Amino acid sequence: MRLLSNVIDGFRSLFRKGAIEREMDEELRGFVEASTADKLRRGMTSDQAIRAARVEMGSANAVKHHIRSEAWETQVEVFWRDLWYGVRMLLRSPGFTAVAVLTLALGIGANTAIFQLLDAVRLRNLPVMNPGELTLVHLAGLPDTRGNHETDYPALNNPLWEYLRDHQHVFSQVLAWSPTSLGITVGDHERLVQGMWVSGDFFNVLGVRPALGRLFTSSDDRPGCGASGVVVSYKFWQGQLGGNPQAIGSRLTIGRHAVPILGVTPDGFTGPEVGRSFDVAAPICSQSAYWTEGNWLDSSTDWWLTVMGRLKPGASLSMANAGLESLSPAAFEASLRKDYPAENVRDYLHLKLVADPAPGGVSWLRDKYESPLWMLLGLAGFVLLIACANLANLMLARSSARVREFAVRLSLGATQRRLICQLLWESFPLLVLGAASGLLLAGALGKSLIALLGTQGDSLFVDLHPDWRVLGFTATLATFTALLFALIPAFRATRLAPSEAMKTGSPRTGGTHESNRLRRGLVITQVALSLVLVTGAVLFARTFANLLTVDAGFREDNILITSLDLSQLRLPVARRLAVKKEIVDRLHEIPGVEAASEVGIVPLSGTSTTNRVWAEGEDRQSVIDPNFNSTGNGYFNTLGIPVLAGRDFDEHDTPNSPRVAVVNQEFARRLGKGASPVGVRIRREAKPHDPETVFEIVGVVKNSKYKDLREKFVPIVYLAISQEQDPDPFEQIILHSALPLPILTSEIKLAVDGMSPEISVDFQVFKTQIRESLLPERLMAVLSGSLGILAALLTAVGLYGVISFLVTQRTREIGIRMALGAGKRQVLSSILGETLMLTVLGIAVGLPITFGVTRFIASMLFGIKPSDPVALAFAALALCGVGVAAAYIPARRAAAVDPMTALRYE
Amino acid sequence: MGERDVVQGTLEMLILKTLALEPMHGYGVATRIEQVSQSVFRVNPGSLLPALARMERAGHVKSEWRASENNRRAKYYALTARGRKALSDEATTWNRQVSAIARIMEA
Repeated sequence: MRLLSNVIDGFRSLFRKGAIEREMDEELRGFVEASTADKLRRGMTSDQAIRAARVEMGSANAVKHHIRSEAWETQVEVFWRDLWYGVRMLLRSPGFTAVAVLTLALGIGANTAIFQLLDAVRLRNLPVMNPGELTLVHLAGLPDTRGNHETDYPALNNPLWEYLRDHQHVFSQVLAWSPTSLGITVGDHERLVQGMWVSGDFFNVLGVRPALGRLFTSSDDRPGCGASGVVVSYKFWQGQLGGNPQAIGSRLTIGRHAVPILGVTPDGFTGPEVGRSFDVAAPICSQSAYWTEGNWLDSSTDWWLTVMGRLKPGASLSMANAGLESLSPAAFEASLRKDYPAENVRDYLHLKLVADPAPGGVSWLRDKYESPLWMLLGLAGFVLLIACANLANLMLARSSARVREFAVRLSLGATQRRLICQLLWESFPLLVLGAASGLLLAGALGKSLIALLGTQGDSLFVDLHPDWRVLGFTATLATFTALLFALIPAFRATRLAPSEAMKTGSPRTGGTHESNRLRRGLVITQVALSLVLVTGAVLFARTFANLLTVDAGFREDNILITSLDLSQLRLPVARRLAVKKEIVDRLHEIPGVEAASEVGIVPLSGTSTTNRVWAEGEDRQSVIDPNFNSTGNGYFNTLGIPVLAGRDFDEHDTPNSPRVAVVNQEFARRLGKGASPVGVRIRREAKPHDPETVFEIVGVVKNSKYKDLREKFVPIVYLAISQEQDPDPFEQIILHSALPLPILTSEIKLAVDGMSPEISVDFQVFKTQIRESLLPERLMAVLSGSLGILAALLTAVGLYGVISFLVTQRTREIGIRMALGAGKRQVLSSILGETLMLTVLGIAVGLPITFGVTRFIASMLFGIKPSDPVALAFAALALCGVGVAAAYIPARRAAAVDPMTALRYE
Repeated sequence: MGERDVVQGTLEMLILKTLALEPMHGYGVATRIEQVSQSVFRVNPGSLLPALARMERAGHVKSEWRASENNRRAKYYALTARGRKALSDEATTWNRQVSAIARIMEA
C-alpha cells in the first residue's frame, strides 16, 4: 500500500514537475515570511528581520535540493541524465569509445571464454534429475588389479557390477555404462559412431525420459540378450535418421546385426561424460554379441564398467561408504572368476569399493585441462587488470579536464558522493557495451578453444551455452572492472578541495603532480603485470618447443600407422599369424616403403601394459615392473631404434620356439646383469590368459619414450608378435616411407584389398599423433602467448597515452629548453629515457610478482625452470622494446616542438 | 546551554510529537519545538522541510494547503494513522534508551 502510493506519488511528481516546483517555492517563501513577521513582532527592524530569516533558511536552492533528493524519482531522473550524458560523450568521441570498448571486450572476452569452458567441464552439474545425489563407485586407493583397463575412467568388471546391482542397499539406485565405438553401416559403407553400453536402469536412474519411443528397462539388460535393440541420441536421430518418427522400430545395421531402434533420448542429454556425447546406446548384456572377440561379461579381468550410485534421500556419503565397505568382501568373493591369476586372488579379495560425489559426471577432458584452464583464467585476469589500468588512465585524462567543473559544483553544495555517482553512471554505457562485446567475443573464442582441443580421431563435445554462472561471472567481472577504472579516477577528480582545484592550471593542460604520479603508477603496474604474462608465455612456448624437439629415441617423421581389422575374415586362431605376416610382407613390398613392422602398442599413444618380471633363479621379491610391447621383426629398424647388443626378432622366433625378448638399456640397468644381459633368462608373472613364462633376452636396444614425452626413460621389454599364442584379429603396422601420404595410403589400400576386401583399414600419421599428445602444452603455449601479446599491446597503448600526455603538459618546458640550446636529439632521448625508466621500474616491481606466480606453473613446464634467467631477460627486453616503440611517436612530437609557438602557448 | 540542533536521529520523532497536537505548517513546527524545548533546540528550515518531505513520502504525515493565521496560503502538515503508530513506537524506544543511558550515567 505504502510502496504503491510512494510509487504513484513519484510518478505524479515526475509529470507535474512545474507544479511541484512552484509549491516548494511557495512553502519556502511562506516560511521566510512567517519567520520575518515573528522577528518583527519581537522588535527587530524590518531590515534585520528579513536578513535574519534569510540566514536561517540558507540557500533556498540547497534546501530545495535536499527536499527533492528525499524522493526516489529524483534519483531516477539524475540517473537518466548521467547515463544519457555518458552515451553522448561516447558518441562525441568515437575514437575513444572504440579503443575503450575494444580494450574492455578483449579483457572481459578472454576471461569469459576461459571461464565458460571451465563452467562447462568443471562447475556445471549433469543435466539430469537431482545430479547432487550422484556418486561414482570405484575401487579404493590405488588398486593393484590385474587385467585390462578399458576406459579412461574408474571402472569395475561385469560380475562385480552385477553383484552390486543385485545385492546393494546402499544407494536408492545404481547404474553402469562404458563408452565404446560401434561400426554402423549406412548404405554400403561402414562408419564408426560413438556408442555406449548401458545398464538396463541407466536412463531411469538419471531421470531421462524418451523424446520418442521408449528407453531401456531392467528387462532389456538380461543375460544372453544378444543384439536386441538400441536407443539413439537426439542428435543422431536428427542427423542420421532425418528426425523421422518412423525411425522407431526400424532397423540399424551394427556390425553383422540389424537391430531395432527402440527410442530416442531427449535433446540436451549427452550422456554421463563431459567432453564426449554418444550416438547409440546398447544394453551391457549385448556386448558379447556385437564384439566378435572378447566376452567381457563373465570376466573378472576386464575392467570396463563405470558405476554410479544415487544416494538415498537424506543419506550421507559417509553412510554410503560404510555400506560399501561392509558389502565389499562378499562382492569381491562373488565376482571372482577363473581368469583371475591365482597368485593375485588374495589381493583381489582385499579390494574395497568407495563412492565419491560425482554431480558433474566424469570427464577426461576435465582431468586433463582443469588446471591449465584455471591457470589461464588467472593469466587472463592479469590481462583484464592491465586493460583496467588503460581505461583508468583514459578516464583520468578525461575527468582531469573537468576538475574545475567539479570544483565549482562542490563549492555550490554538490556532495562528493553525487559527483562520484555521476562519473560512475557516465561510464556505465561504456561498460555495458564492453561487457556485451566481451560476451560475444567469448562465444567465438570458446568455440575456437574447443576446436584447438579436438583431435583427428576424437571429436569433442562440450555444451558451451552461457548459463547463469557465466553471465554472473561476466557481470561480476564488469562491475569489478568498473570499480577499478572508473571509481579511482572519480575519487581523484572530486577529492581536491574546491579552492585548490580552482587555482590549478588551465583545464587544457590539466592535472596536478599528484595525478601525474597516479598515471605513472598505473603504467608501472601495467609493465609489472605484463612481465608476468610475457615471462609465462616464454616459459610455456619453451616448454612446448622442448617437448617437440626432445629426443624420444625413435624416428618421428615419415612414419605411418596402419590399423587393420581382420575380424570379418573369421580366421581360425591358428591361421591369424600367417595372414598378418603376409599383410606386412605385402606392404613392405610397396615401392618406396623402406621398412614395415607389426606393433602392439604404438609409442606415445597413451596405451601401456605392465607386468612384473624377475631374473630366473633370483628372489621373486626383487622384481622389476617394466612396460611391455609386442613387435614384429624390423620394428627397431622401422623406428630407427639402434640395437646395441644381440639381435632383433627374426623368422626363427615362432610360437613353438623358446620364448625370447628384447629389452631396452633402462631395463638392462635395472636388471643388474651388466650392460649386455643377452642370454639372461627372465620370468614374467602369470597373466589372465597366460601362465607364468620364461623369456630369454636376445637383444638390447637403445632407450626410447613409451607413454609420453615428459617421462624419463622407463624399462621396456619387447616380446615377439610372431610368438604370440593367442593372436587377435586386429593388426597394427608401422611403415617408414617418404612417399606422399595420399599415394602411400592408396597403395596400402590396394595391397590390402588384394588380400581381401573384407579387411578394413585405418591410417594415422605418427607425427600427428605425437603432436596431439602435446595438446595441453600447445594450448598453454598458444593461449599464454596470445595473452602475453595482448598484455604487451595494452601496455604499449598505456605508455603511449601517458607519454603523449606528459609531452603535451611539458610543451612549454620543452620549448624553453630548446630556446636555451637543447637539441632535438636531447629532447628525444630525455623523453625516451623517461619511458625506459618507467618500464624498468615496472620490471623491477614485476620481478618478485613473476617469481611468485611462475612457481605455480613449475609442474606444467618441461626442460626449463620457472625462474629461467634467459626467459626473464627476454621478457624484460621485449617490454623495454615495446616501451620505447610506444614512446617514439610522442617523443618525436616533443622534438618537433617549435620554441616560439610553445612559449606563446599560454 | 546555548541553542543547538536536535539530538541526532530524533528530529522525526519531535516533528511527529509536535504534529500530534494539531496540524501545523512548517514554520509552526519549528517555532513550537524551539518554544517547548525552551530554546534548547533549534530546527532550521534546511533540515525541517526535507524531513517533512521524507515523512510525507513515508506516509507518516499528510499535507494540505490552507489559509494560515494571517490569511496567507500555507502548507499544513497533519499526522496520519501510520504516523501516530510510528510516534508511539519511537517514543517507546526512546524512553527505553534514555532510561538505559541514565542508568549507565548514574552507575
